[in-house]
Amino acid sequence: MEDQGYEFVIDIASTIILIVVGYVIGKRREMRHLRELDRKEAELLSMPAVPMAHIAGAERPERIALVEGSVVVSIDYFKRVISALVQIFGGRIDAYEVVLRRARREALVRMKEDARARGLDAVICVRLETSRLASSGSRGKGTAGVEVLAFGTGVSLPGIHQSTVSQSVAPGLEQGQPA
Amino acid sequence: MYLTTTESIPGTQVTEFYGLVSGSSVRAKHVGRDIMASLKNLVGGELVGYTELLAESRQEALSRMIEQATSQGANAIVNIRFGTSSVAQGAAELFAYGTAVKVE
Repeated sequence: MEDQGYEFVIDIASTIILIVVGYVIGKRREMRHLRELDRKEAELLSMPAVPMAHIAGAERPERIALVEGSVVVSIDYFKRVISALVQIFGGRIDAYEVVLRRARREALVRMKEDARARGLDAVICVRLETSRLASSGSRGKGTAGVEVLAFGTGVSLPGIHQSTVSQSVAPGLEQGQPA
Repeated sequence: MYLTTTESIPGTQVTEFYGLVSGSSVRAKHVGRDIMASLKNLVGGELVGYTELLAESRQEALSRMIEQATSQGANAIVNIRFGTSSVAQGAAELFAYGTAVKVE
């Protein structure tokens, strides 16, 4: 009987350790990711990405290309335990909301970076897809992660490029570049 | 080959329709990546191995779709959409489809 009690204590202790590790490291990684997202989004402000198919100035783009960005994310152990508890009573699961919001922002940032790497100025007709990846463990019932994909049509627009660049990034370019 | 998510290609005119073209790719993760991912699952955040794997298979799906369009004589695919679905445990299908057209 004493042996069983001992095992029980070890079980509980290891779960608590996992929760603490998940919370501490998960929180730190989340904060770092959010800071990084803020920085990258500010950098990419001059690149409009819109869900419409038509924007002013894009009637005759010089070049077009399919651009995309994707990310697979998962939530940490602490949040998984919390969300399991919430699911008993139902309600809003903040843990998943936060991680999905992060993933969507990251996918959009990557899509814009893809467009920038190809020398394009804007992304039109942007679409977002979210899908769950079944884990190979726990007979496929578990979730290995959630994938968010952002894709759209990158266009290069000499006209738009000049105006947004001169406004937000480099005012000096206005004189330097012929129209 | 022009690829777009828009219904038409701005500045050009569609002269011929070839209909729906699609490409897909089903891939499973290998065990090493799976183990790494399950460790990452503890602390949350991005699972880089899976992101790369899915991006690779999406490229494969895309190039299969492009192949199909090329063989029909199209020079552009418009209205491209992607789908991802878990078809079995540990395997995902990446699917790309669009409308093959000829533009001038």
